[in-house]
Amino acid sequence: MFSSNDSGIKKLNTINRRMFIISAAKVTVFTGIVARLFSLQINENKKYLTLSDKNRLREWRLAPVRGEFFDYFDNIVAGNLKVYQLHVVPEQVENFKNLMTRLKNILNITDKEFSRIIKKKNNQRNWETLIVSENLSWDQFSKVNHYLHELVGAKPVLSVVRSYPYKDNYAHILGYVSQASESDLLNSEIIKKNYVPGLRVGKNGLEKKYENLLLGTNGVQRYEVNASGKRIKQLDYIEGAKGQNIKLTIDTEIQKLCNQLMTGKSGSISVMDIYNGDIVAMHSSPSFDPNLFLYGISHEKWKSIRNNPLKPLLNKTISGLYSPGSTIKPIVALSALENDIITPNFKVRCTGKMEMYGQTYHCWKEKGHGVLNLKGAIKRSCDIYFYEVARKLGVDRLSITALKFGLGTKVLKKTYRDEKKGLIPNTKWKRNTLGEGWVLGETLITGIGQGYIQTTPLQLCLMTAQLANGGYKIYPKIIVNENDESIESIKSIIVKNFKNHKESKNNLSGSSDNLLWFSNPKKHEPLYKNSENVKFVLNAMFASTNEVGGTSFRSRIDNSKYQFAGKTGTAQVKRITKKQRELDYRTDQIPYEDRDHALYIAFGPYKNPRYAVSIIVEHGGSGSATAAPMANKLFKLIIDRHELREKIRKKSLIST
Amino acid sequence: MLSQFSYSDQLTFFQKIRSFDYLLLSCILLIGIISSFAMYSTDGGELLYHSKSHILRFIIFFLMMIFLSFLNIKFWHSIGYTFYIIILGLLLLASIYGVTASGSQRWISLYFINIQPSELMKIAIIICLAKYYHRSQINNINNLMDLLIPITILILPILLVISQPDLGTSILIALTGFVVLWLAGINIKYFIYSSLILVISLPFVISFLKPYQKLRILTFFDPDKDPLGAGYQIIQSKIAVGSGGLYGKGFLKGTQSYLEFLPEKHTDFIFTLYSEEYGFLGSIFLLLIYAIIIFRILRIGMISRSFFAKIFCFSFASAIFIYISVNMSMVLGLVPIVGSPLPIMSYGGSSMLATMIGFSVVMSCKLYNKQLIS
Repeated sequence: MFSSNDSGIKKLNTINRRMFIISAAKVTVFTGIVARLFSLQINENKKYLTLSDKNRLREWRLAPVRGEFFDYFDNIVAGNLKVYQLHVVPEQVENFKNLMTRLKNILNITDKEFSRIIKKKNNQRNWETLIVSENLSWDQFSKVNHYLHELVGAKPVLSVVRSYPYKDNYAHILGYVSQASESDLLNSEIIKKNYVPGLRVGKNGLEKKYENLLLGTNGVQRYEVNASGKRIKQLDYIEGAKGQNIKLTIDTEIQKLCNQLMTGKSGSISVMDIYNGDIVAMHSSPSFDPNLFLYGISHEKWKSIRNNPLKPLLNKTISGLYSPGSTIKPIVALSALENDIITPNFKVRCTGKMEMYGQTYHCWKEKGHGVLNLKGAIKRSCDIYFYEVARKLGVDRLSITALKFGLGTKVLKKTYRDEKKGLIPNTKWKRNTLGEGWVLGETLITGIGQGYIQTTPLQLCLMTAQLANGGYKIYPKIIVNENDESIESIKSIIVKNFKNHKESKNNLSGSSDNLLWFSNPKKHEPLYKNSENVKFVLNAMFASTNEVGGTSFRSRIDNSKYQFAGKTGTAQVKRITKKQRELDYRTDQIPYEDRDHALYIAFGPYKNPRYAVSIIVEHGGSGSATAAPMANKLFKLIIDRHELREKIRKKSLIST
Repeated sequence: MLSQFSYSDQLTFFQKIRSFDYLLLSCILLIGIISSFAMYSTDGGELLYHSKSHILRFIIFFLMMIFLSFLNIKFWHSIGYTFYIIILGLLLLASIYGVTASGSQRWISLYFINIQPSELMKIAIIICLAKYYHRSQINNINNLMDLLIPITILILPILLVISQPDLGTSILIALTGFVVLWLAGINIKYFIYSSLILVISLPFVISFLKPYQKLRILTFFDPDKDPLGAGYQIIQSKIAVGSGGLYGKGFLKGTQSYLEFLPEKHTDFIFTLYSEEYGFLGSIFLLLIYAIIIFRILRIGMISRSFFAKIFCFSFASAIFIYISVNMSMVLGLVPIVGSPLPIMSYGGSSMLATMIGFSVVMSCKLYNKQLIS
């Protein structure tokens, strides 16, 4: 058939022609495929390589190890406790439900807890670790290990969690940590960066303030995984960095004594080094156990803490506002002396009450103190005398001195978010905030620390410290810093400041060749005009404690090693009616919330002062009966611990 | 008629052996070897079930191909219709008694081997149509009546395969059939008309598609819409190929396949694995071998004297091209995913058997290229 046949040739031609057309199409398509390969493998190679790594690599971030808190003697006060936890990675478990039921029986998990775990599982990704138990008891741990071969996918893990070995002693200073919440993640980049499920972050106190230092960084385990997420092999393990440790100025032993002294009472005790401003103890009572918050506090417990009328959650040392009562009198006296309103010989006759513009003002001593000079008035805490001094001084001049000595401002600046400023009133303040003119009567009661004036316990402690060191500014702190100035250099600055102050007073044009003083002209500046005035006030406080008739005479220590000087205070919380005054109830006859606050400020040892103390017992009755006796016990311990503290201090001086 | 003299009868056995197309043979062998390495890699670097049976099959079918090459081209011409009818019967059998796997009833169990008649139909349809057009007159070819028979030959298996359901194979059969019709000289207007009809009827056709097939088409247009569902295969395949880069990740180092991100890596997506491990250069190399195979087949067609041999060779070359380009375009995300194996590379006995039969017919065309068929 392959012949000269026309149709055959035509057919052949058609077939050949069409074959070539198809071949052209083939070349085009193959070119297209090559172009596609080129674009995927050459042009977009990087993108797909990344995607492929994303597919194949999975990182497990490990919880960072939190920095620890140490007290001044290097005892751990917030540490990391090794605990046994039970982890389950849901995607590695064949039958999650079976495993969980099995675990529930082995660990005796309650139904409520069980449903909480299931809920948690549903809220996280399948490959994220589910923490079934945060803290296995030894019993549970050995049981889990015993059945481990039946519990495929469950992993007993050694982990670290926060622990507060001194429980309620440090609750207010440190605050506590708890599971990071949504808002923690939103507000802090660093928490977000290091987040892993179950991460605990500071919620309060120093734990919150120094979160960024404490947190540390994640460890990372990098695995190659297959399409179903199964770990094939570990490629990488990067150890995370532990957070920074923080050393406190606190002495745990003194802190514990404060807690002991305040047992069953509401209030605060603070102890401060009068030169370097170290807060040696700072306790707010009642307190709570911060360990409760670690695993999520139970509703009942939380309710009982929150609804406690004594307000355990409030850090009263810095957030509690109290009328200073008679503890303000040293400042009133100093202010009057400084402004040359009175001399120490200024005398007032106290008859127990005085009249002014038709108002009767009472002294706490109904029968009156008779004729008193300034020292006697401080010693016996005569109200009438101070009404008179305050009247002459005026509230504006008083407020200047009070502010200078540390009242009305935050003592620890930004360390605690909840620290209160308190209030030192003056005429301008009243006009601006209340829109009313100042009334003389208000000046009188301000002179005995009542009325608008409000202070925190720590402010009173600072005030006492700045009086006790001879009237020089100090900078309170609760954290030990390598660059802290040594006591020795502070003392030398103070001595130089004293000399310079004297010279500049005697000789206005007199210059000083003291380089140190020039380099730190503002450091530890004198807060007085005449150092003699401060000396006088300290002497009067000594009398108040150590001379017969002094308000805290019964709490004195005669041994000069421990001898301290102080000033009592009794702050009214309610205006006393005439009838009540006549009835003259004993403290225990008055309803609790109407009882006076008992206050005491003190410093010691008197010969060579080093520590200042402020004590407030809410509704504790009189300062001399309730607060001052605590100082007695406190100073014994403080002075006994002083040697040890100095040893540590000097050691750190050498090492740095 | 020229004469009854038959040239090929004069070739001795050794002459026949010498006139084999050795370039074609070695290219086939090379792809067989490459595919064995790829299969070894899908087994995770061990000689397991897939690699073992793939290598065994390749050896058996390759030897069978050489053996069948000695058959006279006349034999293939003579069994053209019978072969087609047998496979059609098997297709029918498959849709009645077939073994169902992954939602599709395509296999017939023959105790020792499972046969997929639809794969064999790919080659049967070419032989059958080539035989039909071997005798046809170019002047009557466009008569409607004369068109009816080849169209029926084409439509029957397509309908059977579609009903399995196996969209991929039916598309490949249809495309192969169209190529034969085209080569035979069917007027171009018919192709234009039928494609117009296809476009118009597309919405109706789509409404008859199974939900998973609709999803595949939708996914093709936007694979990121459902990255863990239907788009998963395309995305993972593109990642694998793209991450291969210029030189590839290396033998047994294709993480995408090794870590099981690739679906059906030993069948339809074998090229993805190959491309991930050997990169752009490796892929180009493979494509080049395929191109040589196609070229050699075309060349054999050109030197063949009978229309049957010509039409078969040209059509088979185009069929191989279609399988390759559909498969590669699919794994590279250029066309929607339809099941279509890569010749010889992909795991699957029936597919390899059909391809090898095709090669033996081609080789027979070569050995008997002067053979005339009346």
